[in-house]
Amino acid sequence: MSVSQDSVVTLDDVTKTYQTGAVAVQALRGVSLDVRRGEYLAIMGPSGSGKSTLMNILGCLDVLTTGRYLINGHDVASLGENDLAEIRNKEIGFVFQQFNLLPALSAWRNVELPLFYGGVPAGERKERAIRALERVGLGPRIHHRPGELSGGQQQRVAVARALASEPAIILADEPTGNLDSASTEDVLSLFDELHRTGRTIVLITHEQEVADRAQRMVHVRDGHIIDPAEVAA
Amino acid sequence: MRFSQTLQVALEAVRLNRMRSLLTVLGIMIGIASVILTVGLGLGAQKQVKDEIAALGSNLLIVSPGSTTSSSGVRGGFGTATTLTRADAEALTDSTVAPSISAVAPVASASESLAAGSTTWTSTVYAITPDWLTVRSRSLTSGRFITTSDLSQQNKVVVLGSDTAEELFSGQSPVGQSVTINGGSFTVIGVMASSGSTSTSSTSDDDMVLMPWTTASAAVGTSATTVSTIYLQARDQDALSSAYQEADAALLTRHKVGTGDDADFTITSQQSLVSTATSTDRTMTILLGGVAAISLVVGGIGVMNIMLVSVSERIREIGLRKALGAKPAVIRSQFLVEAGALGLAGGLLGLAIAALGSWLLPKMIGQPVTLAWWAAVGSLVVAVGVGLAAGVYPAGRAAKLAPIDALRRE
Repeated sequence: MSVSQDSVVTLDDVTKTYQTGAVAVQALRGVSLDVRRGEYLAIMGPSGSGKSTLMNILGCLDVLTTGRYLINGHDVASLGENDLAEIRNKEIGFVFQQFNLLPALSAWRNVELPLFYGGVPAGERKERAIRALERVGLGPRIHHRPGELSGGQQQRVAVARALASEPAIILADEPTGNLDSASTEDVLSLFDELHRTGRTIVLITHEQEVADRAQRMVHVRDGHIIDPAEVAA
Repeated sequence: MRFSQTLQVALEAVRLNRMRSLLTVLGIMIGIASVILTVGLGLGAQKQVKDEIAALGSNLLIVSPGSTTSSSGVRGGFGTATTLTRADAEALTDSTVAPSISAVAPVASASESLAAGSTTWTSTVYAITPDWLTVRSRSLTSGRFITTSDLSQQNKVVVLGSDTAEELFSGQSPVGQSVTINGGSFTVIGVMASSGSTSTSSTSDDDMVLMPWTTASAAVGTSATTVSTIYLQARDQDALSSAYQEADAALLTRHKVGTGDDADFTITSQQSLVSTATSTDRTMTILLGGVAAISLVVGGIGVMNIMLVSVSERIREIGLRKALGAKPAVIRSQFLVEAGALGLAGGLLGLAIAALGSWLLPKMIGQPVTLAWWAAVGSLVVAVGVGLAAGVYPAGRAAKLAPIDALRRE
């Protein structure tokens, strides 16, 4: 696969093998994927398909076994723990199914965390955190703690946190898995809006109606990416 | 990542887990407070003993009859034998025999009933010479001391200890009054100043009757020849050991004893009294300090335990922080600083408790506590050190957590 100029993410024949005791489990068996800047991509697949492994590789939370992974021009395969932390900090904004907000910290303090680890000065951190919260419509709630917010609002705080560091991609792992339908709509329309303003979003889900909101969809099955046409057939 | 930011995150964690942090801090606090207080008690006891021995007199050697061990290994009658005589004391005043000895004070004693008017009191009568005053470094609050003419004329005069004077005359001036001892009447010519010793033993330095020895042997029956103690004063601090050797050699010759092993007398110096007493106290201090140090180690294990619990409780938080870009070193220092801060807090609280205890304990148990700055500073360093050392392993575990495993943990 050729690396196009405006690709943010390029996976080239990536494999991932887990060694569990004597048994080697091949979770990814040669995945190639290209995500262009500004694209809204949904990755679908049933559990056990290798979808979560793919998410971990994309999020630089795990390292690949063979192949090549470029994110915003950085070749991740060769990086050590500290450099991976820096990539996660600068290039990736995570949105998790469990929200993963720190319950003791107010909304803006949660949002400023990636900036804190990125070494941004305190004054600028607060300003950017508040701007990100206003962006997701939580301007009046910057001092609320997660426990004082609804599920949908908590996930919007998480999205604000993902936006705060201006990452190359927003990586959302089942972002609506813990939300009721109203909140799901709330978060998905936020993604739609972010997409319209040029954000690159990779969304991982097993729900068809969630995936349908994306611009493009790929399926993962048995460690391979398969053509949508093939699934339909 | 600046240190102040790491500190901020660490202190926030301490604040958020108030109860747990407090309990951890308590362990360290108790350890530190007990170390400082036991060391303080030990130092206080040592100082007390030193003060009491210093109150005996300066550059003092004490010759007692009998020997601590005989050549056959049997203990002699230390302090009770009657082998020391006034002639021995006389010999030691000879400046050719003992040039390092500046003054000699032989003492014999007897316990007697005293009466002044209708008041009675029992005290020890010391048969002394005028040199006693300088040798024992004592002074008078009123009147005069016993003179050589009192001695030669066998004047029936006494000098009273401050407590004795208080018991017999309760506030009135005793000088010029008379005291009845063993049927005879004696005129009080002076009162001693208090020795300043805080000793509570029955033979207090402030409860005594001093009498010219010539008078005493006639009036209260103390021996005219043998003495219970000879106090020697060396010319100065440096002459103390030569004074010791001169006295030892002179007395061995006079008593016709071949070697020091067979000596029928014992010479002790203030120095040896101090070192005996302080070594006992030091043993106690080390023992108690050891117990206190163990409690400090237990406190440290407490910190490690809490930090490990803290790491496993916060696995998701650590995973999230790593996912958001925290490097392993940042996570490690966050937990280390947290453990160090717990140690420091425990140390400071322990110091406060020790300060309070050093004020309260003397009032409660009557033992002086001497707070040593080095014990305080040392304990603080140890407290932070214990916290940090206990934090190394948990912090390492936190830093090594893989972010995916940590995030997946429910």
